[in-house]
Amino acid sequence: MKQLMLGNEAVARGLFEAGCGFVSSYPGTPSTEITEYAAKYDEIYAEWAPNEKVALEACFGASVYGVRSMCGMKHVGLNVAADPLFTLSYTGVNAGLVIAVADDPGMHSSQNEQDSRNYAIAAKLPMLEPSDAAESLSFTKLAFEISEKFDTPVLLKMCTRVAHSQSIVEPGERTALPVKAYAKDAAKYVMTPAFARGRRPGMEDRMQAISEFSETSGVNRIEEGKDSECGFITSSTSYLYVKEVFGDRFPVLKIGMCNPMPDSMIKSFAKTVKTLYIVEELDGIMEAHVKALGIRCKGKEVFGNIGEFSQNTIRKALSVKIPDCVSADLKIPARPPVMCAGCPHRGIFYVIRKLGLTVFGDIGCYTLGSAPPLYALDTTLCMGASVSGLHGFNKASQVSNFLLDGADPSNDNTVCVIGDSTFLHSGMTGLANVSYNGSNSTVIILDNSITGMTGHQQNPTTGWNLKGDPAVKIDLEALCKALGIERVRVVDPYDLTRCEQVLKEELAEDEPSVIISRRPCALLKYVKHAGPLTVDPEKCVGCRSCMKVGCPAISVKNKKAVIDTTLCTGCRVCAQLCKTGAL
Amino acid sequence: MEKCKVMIVGVGGQGTLLASRVLGRIILRHGYDVKVSEVHGMSQRGGSVVTYVCWGKKTYSPVICEGEADFIVSFELLEAARWAQFLKKDGILITGTQTIDPMPVITGAAEYPENIPEILKKAGIRTETLDALSIAESVGTVKAVNMVLMGKLSRHFDLPESEWLETIAEVVPEKFISLNQAAFIAGRKEE
Repeated sequence: MKQLMLGNEAVARGLFEAGCGFVSSYPGTPSTEITEYAAKYDEIYAEWAPNEKVALEACFGASVYGVRSMCGMKHVGLNVAADPLFTLSYTGVNAGLVIAVADDPGMHSSQNEQDSRNYAIAAKLPMLEPSDAAESLSFTKLAFEISEKFDTPVLLKMCTRVAHSQSIVEPGERTALPVKAYAKDAAKYVMTPAFARGRRPGMEDRMQAISEFSETSGVNRIEEGKDSECGFITSSTSYLYVKEVFGDRFPVLKIGMCNPMPDSMIKSFAKTVKTLYIVEELDGIMEAHVKALGIRCKGKEVFGNIGEFSQNTIRKALSVKIPDCVSADLKIPARPPVMCAGCPHRGIFYVIRKLGLTVFGDIGCYTLGSAPPLYALDTTLCMGASVSGLHGFNKASQVSNFLLDGADPSNDNTVCVIGDSTFLHSGMTGLANVSYNGSNSTVIILDNSITGMTGHQQNPTTGWNLKGDPAVKIDLEALCKALGIERVRVVDPYDLTRCEQVLKEELAEDEPSVIISRRPCALLKYVKHAGPLTVDPEKCVGCRSCMKVGCPAISVKNKKAVIDTTLCTGCRVCAQLCKTGAL
Repeated sequence: MEKCKVMIVGVGGQGTLLASRVLGRIILRHGYDVKVSEVHGMSQRGGSVVTYVCWGKKTYSPVICEGEADFIVSFELLEAARWAQFLKKDGILITGTQTIDPMPVITGAAEYPENIPEILKKAGIRTETLDALSIAESVGTVKAVNMVLMGKLSRHFDLPESEWLETIAEVVPEKFISLNQAAFIAGRKEE
């Protein structure tokens, strides 16, 4: 029966139908739901790993054992998993191994918009690129076939608009597979230099064989057009936008496998059209390939290489009329995402801001603390970079100042902030560096007991696993102590006075310390709220002190504070700033 | 109805996603090629959110560009103004009259424009307003604003009420079905 499915849900369905039995991933928008939907199938073992490298290595292990496996992540997660990825290309697989990676052109929810197709080329791996949910399902199954047929991991490249768009899917049945017997084979699985040199030529032969397969397998297809004045080579969502604008007017070579490319198809297609356009989001990867074949074409020079495309991108680039629209003459204030009312990060950020600290930030909901009025972050780079970056900042300050005046500075005005899940992902190694190489760093772990920004995923500090069963709850205090930090303090971020006191004490100390700011995310179902605050209009003098915390539940109207009772949780962070006791 | 593009806009947390899922599902029942594009992740945290529902005999793009939407359903006035230029010339804007101050307004860095519906109408935009929040409150929960607005939108489509109610029952959790259906019916009654 026809169903509407998210692209990510369709990938999960493809995993189920392909007989995949093992999923290990780390959450990241827009990839998260692949693994969440996969976990709903009893036939699939699914887990959240602490990071993408661990997840991919776990999938390698499952593949060697003989069970089809899948590792899901967002584009920047593939940077973390790149180490196993490149050598997995040498070992190949036993049972099929698929890596689903979701790009985010336009950076809806990411710190960069890198193009994952570059990894397929660099690691010499095949990559499939679905355009919609139906292809997300069929390409997932095809990916496993290719993986086993050609002894290679296969990359499945999603992007925001494929991952998070629902379209029509016709689900099929699951093919249950027997475990593929593992046989010890050091020359295949032990990548010492000698064995790796042995595997290397086979990778070239493999890509050649996959290229030939892609010419005839139907994964790429030519769609005829009425007018050969121009033609398009395109893939993923760009294909949809081209078709939206031109329908069946011009011929299209729709690429479903972007690495390796089908050279014969490209050459014969190019001969049939007068002007050849290559339409692809982000980097000009197909364009460079087509040009390297000696074929004249236009691509990035007309469509650009920044951000997400749409049908209007195609229209504007090719001088097709843009639909008329009406707009009202209004100055419309922006509506940036904000930390939720009751967010436990708000209190500690307020104190940090009050003390005027330099703050190395990280990836998570707390990145939103960089916005006004808190302005709490100085940097955000990548997962874990808060701890390691702060170490470098403080160490450089120590070294420079010691050289200049011989005094050892106390680093008493710098901290970093990192979430519980991010700390387990990549913060621990940074903390080991802090203690081992001795920087006087104050690390704040914002422990809200969940992976928040991606929509509440469990992690090794929450006590629950992906399937909803109780799991080992890693003790953050003990972990930090084991990593060589003597001073570990815990504060409640709703208690501003205590937060300020502990922060001042730890900054004053001449040794590294960790402050765990602990309170569960206000959106978690089990969290009970006190109920909305009220404003006493007699006492409120309209001083706007309560506005300093940047809570979406408070505003000032007619010089009096107003609480939005549908949002306010009663956390009382704002009330602690009220000088007249009006809240 | 043959070919249609609907945008559902609002503030993260208002329930736009569920509204788009109800609409997508009822259209699917009628055999159209339908696509629903959603927004997840960071922008959900109280930011401006938009979902697209597109259908026809064959639908390619899951997104809607400026000048393309047949309908915009807005949960909030400022968001109605923000996305109005996505309407096509004779398109219809349905907006709830609720206002939610964005952070730049809360901090005093910007002002919330006044008289938005009047300004939109003056600009020649076919605008229908309703106090969806109060209507939802009157049926029992402010959280059903999305179904009130879907009810109002449903007046423009030739689909029986019973089918909408069945679709709502498929999409929302069991214990909230009757509340959501009541909200839908209340919105559908709004002239």
